[in-house]
Amino acid sequence: MSDLPRPLPWLGVIGQVPALDVSAPSGGPVSAVLPAPLPVEAAAPEVTMATAAAAPEVRAEPPWWASVVSKVRSKFKTPKRPGSGLPARKIIVWLRNARRVSQTGFLLLFLFLLVRTEFRGGFAGGATVRMPYPVEGFLLADPFVALMTFLSTHTIYRALWWSVGMVALTLIFGRVFCGWICPFGTLHHFFAWLIPNPQGATTGGRRVKANMTHGYQNAKYYLLGAFLVAAVCGSAIGGLFDPICICVRAIGLAVLPAANYISGRGLDGLSQTNIHALQLGSDATRDALVATVMQPRQYFFHQTWVIGALLFVVLLANRWIPRFWCRVLCPLGATLGVIARYALVGMEKDHSKCTDCNLCLVDCQGADSPQGGVKHRHDECHVCLNCEVACPEDVIKFTFLPKRTSLAKAQDTLDRRKVLTTALTGAAVLPLARTSDTIDSNYYDRLIRPPGSVPERDFMERCIRCAECMKVCPNNALHPAFLESGIEGFWTPILIPRIGYCEPTCVLCGQVCPTGAIQKINETQKLGDPVRHIEPIKIGTAFYDHGRCLPWSMATPCIVCEEFCPTSPKAIWVEEVDTPDRNGHPVHVQRPHVDPTLCIGCGACEKVCPVQDRPAVYVTSVGESRSKTNVILLETSNYNRS
Amino acid sequence: MLGASGLIAWRRYDRGGWSVGDQGGPREVRDYRVADHGGPSDFAVIRGTSASRPAEMVRHAVEALGGMRRFVSRGDVVAIKPNIGWDRTPIQAANTNPEVVAAVVQLVFEAGARRVVVTDASCNDPGRCFQRSGIWSRAHAAGAEVLLPAEHRFRTMRLRGEVLDEWPVYRTLIEADKVINLPVAKHHNLAKYTAAMKNWYGTLGGRRNRLHQSIDMSVADLATFMRPTLTVLDAVRVLLRNGPQGGNVDDTQRMNAIVASTDQVAVDAYGCTLIGQRPENLAYLRIGEERRLGTRDWHTLRPREVALRDDGATERYGLIVPAGVSPSDVAFDLHHPAPRIIT
Ligand code: SF4
Ligand code: SF4
Ligand code: SF4
Repeated sequence: MSDLPRPLPWLGVIGQVPALDVSAPSGGPVSAVLPAPLPVEAAAPEVTMATAAAAPEVRAEPPWWASVVSKVRSKFKTPKRPGSGLPARKIIVWLRNARRVSQTGFLLLFLFLLVRTEFRGGFAGGATVRMPYPVEGFLLADPFVALMTFLSTHTIYRALWWSVGMVALTLIFGRVFCGWICPFGTLHHFFAWLIPNPQGATTGGRRVKANMTHGYQNAKYYLLGAFLVAAVCGSAIGGLFDPICICVRAIGLAVLPAANYISGRGLDGLSQTNIHALQLGSDATRDALVATVMQPRQYFFHQTWVIGALLFVVLLANRWIPRFWCRVLCPLGATLGVIARYALVGMEKDHSKCTDCNLCLVDCQGADSPQGGVKHRHDECHVCLNCEVACPEDVIKFTFLPKRTSLAKAQDTLDRRKVLTTALTGAAVLPLARTSDTIDSNYYDRLIRPPGSVPERDFMERCIRCAECMKVCPNNALHPAFLESGIEGFWTPILIPRIGYCEPTCVLCGQVCPTGAIQKINETQKLGDPVRHIEPIKIGTAFYDHGRCLPWSMATPCIVCEEFCPTSPKAIWVEEVDTPDRNGHPVHVQRPHVDPTLCIGCGACEKVCPVQDRPAVYVTSVGESRSKTNVILLETSNYNRS
Repeated sequence: MLGASGLIAWRRYDRGGWSVGDQGGPREVRDYRVADHGGPSDFAVIRGTSASRPAEMVRHAVEALGGMRRFVSRGDVVAIKPNIGWDRTPIQAANTNPEVVAAVVQLVFEAGARRVVVTDASCNDPGRCFQRSGIWSRAHAAGAEVLLPAEHRFRTMRLRGEVLDEWPVYRTLIEADKVINLPVAKHHNLAKYTAAMKNWYGTLGGRRNRLHQSIDMSVADLATFMRPTLTVLDAVRVLLRNGPQGGNVDDTQRMNAIVASTDQVAVDAYGCTLIGQRPENLAYLRIGEERRLGTRDWHTLRPREVALRDDGATERYGLIVPAGVSPSDVAFDLHHPAPRIIT
């Protein structure tokens, strides 16, 4: 930036920047001679002249509300444009409003789909349960996800081809996804406005400085490189950083359950008062919430506070660097940025007309150097159009097929050595992660994957940690793994039967999985069909801890586990015994046993066992259908079947 | 300031300590029975053929007791508690038959009820149980409100039963004017047989799994707590093995029977014979009788047994009643061994 003309010192208030040809009197600060904004009252004399005779004292003493009215009015009045005051093109102003509508609309659409990523049932529903529309739609149109999984699996899984549409859109208009569509981007846009930098308020120098292009913005390209290399090596770990994945994960697993908790506790408090009206009101509110955005029961997610805390941090970062996430970290933004270099629509600048007022930078979203005198970073631009609307001169123009001279090229911006080192990092992390306690050795016995999951290695190639499956699971069975599946499997889905078991007739997690880490299975495939010799999908096998089981060690009847075992015939069978209690009196109990050939590992038994803290029956992953090696029994092992 | 803080400290003083809340007190009872104004019978058994529609059987059963107006008054809020416990389809007979539910809803509305709520606290995911059992759609079509058991609809109560003390209770079920128990007859591996009395498990929230350690006592406790207006037992299709969840159609059998009574103990005493059990084997029936919840001897309840025939006529103990004659006009009880048409 040092070779550029130095901008004028920033004065702090829009509308008070003089054009370059206004000569400042020597000595005084520039702002001292600026014409003060015309007070509204100053226009009054002409009006009052006619009525002066009638009510002169009115003029002398305007009513108390006059100042309020004028203040309110001035709020709505279009401020006088500074500088040459050239108005922005009508179409651009219109498009900027369209962009705001689009952002709001897509954010609402995203939230709607997210809230609907669950099964509620209804009177119109039949025996087959499916999502009525693609609730995972945003992920299907996500080119970063498609690219990553393409590199790892060499296929485009089902509806992921939607992302081709997004590539096309970007090739025409640039990163409009970031500026117009992305729900995470919109959140950052909103938060950057909501919590402006304390020094410099909404428009001041720090903000303009923050909105200039910085070297750190390249971080996302290096990150993208590392993720893509990791994908080539067989890990879709980049999903940790995909903005749509983050949105689903953070809002679905942290914000919504927390909101549910707060509203639930608050309204519970009201309904426990003895005031009838309060009780009724609280019940009605609760019913209305549950019917719309909340869930009928509190959901819990394993270690979800980390997810929530990270969301909080990255939103807070907007205070110092507006849209910190989008500019610095977002690998989807980087993907689109690379594509946007070839976009048809771009910015053309007339550098000679720039007065360096920097107004374009006040609300610049991408920090892409819209101001005159520097090359435009097309790949950083979110096409929010704020700069062209703000520019009082005739510098900035968004147009089809702009003159390429004012656009920066990749060579100007990326450092080849850094690209290489990050790529190497991407390649090196995987072997490190995989030679720790993970996939191949010292496998965590309770790493139970959702039904229909592909084998673990393929799972790593596909799972983008989008948390759609965890959100949709009606039983709260699926959770973001913490370190259970190694560092590489962070936030991949893990089934924790003690919190929720897998509902046998449910296939929803496979239905919403955008990348096929959990395959789209149907009920027959999941439950098997003895007539047609279809084996059910097993996700694990149950085991008894006889020392804790009531009929086994406490001469107490129980077998809740048997009651809930859903297979037919039941995988749990009972042995009728008369066992002595401590006084030697025989007690008739039924002692449960698992038949490993029938057990599907659903975990219903573990969920309902009354031994509260550590259940007397528990499921481990051994025997899961997806694995050829994680097996117990010879005759049912996968090698024999295929 | 000092005064205020002193006042707070004095008023809200907490001595601490480790005491258990009060133990005594009478049992909580929710009694929805109507004052008996002498219906023609208190126990009706309808046996149909495989061609009889469940709705028709329910109608005959209720009419044999004197019609729904005996139980439901104009303007009542009626809660209907079918068994919607499991994620099973109707053919698997783990939940109450949806046609039976719809028929009861219809009868209750015909009797002038203002609001009819159908609900249960399911064992599996409720949305799935309600939808896939077919009860949601049929009850909704009949005009009932179908409520899912959301957490906030439960409130902790002290039932003061033998084994059941403090439990979250489903408010919707206990806040109605009349409650109709609508169980399905099933085998149950631990309790041996489940229908009317055990159906009240669905009024409890929380972790019900502890109840199994003393299943007979807890069933009796619940039946003591809930005294329904009417019990209608669905035995159209009965799960004979692998209960209570079943899952295999081979374990079920069509029995084409409906039992209706004001006495839940009697319903279970009769119903268990359908799956080959004997009332004396079921401890909770004995406890129920000891607590005077009802009688195992259903013969004392002026029973009426109606057989539906395919030609639309009904048959009771050899008497053919032509189609069009109301079942309540036909009397069969111990005092009149020969059935007769009253009018
Ligand atoms: S884990 Fe089981 S219950 Fe949960 S969504 Fe997947 S199939 Fe459904
Ligand atoms: S995990 Fe438990 S409940 Fe599920 S099939 Fe196996 S034994 Fe049955
Ligand atoms: S539910 Fe638990 S305690 Fe009860 S029989 Fe089964 S394993 Fe044992």
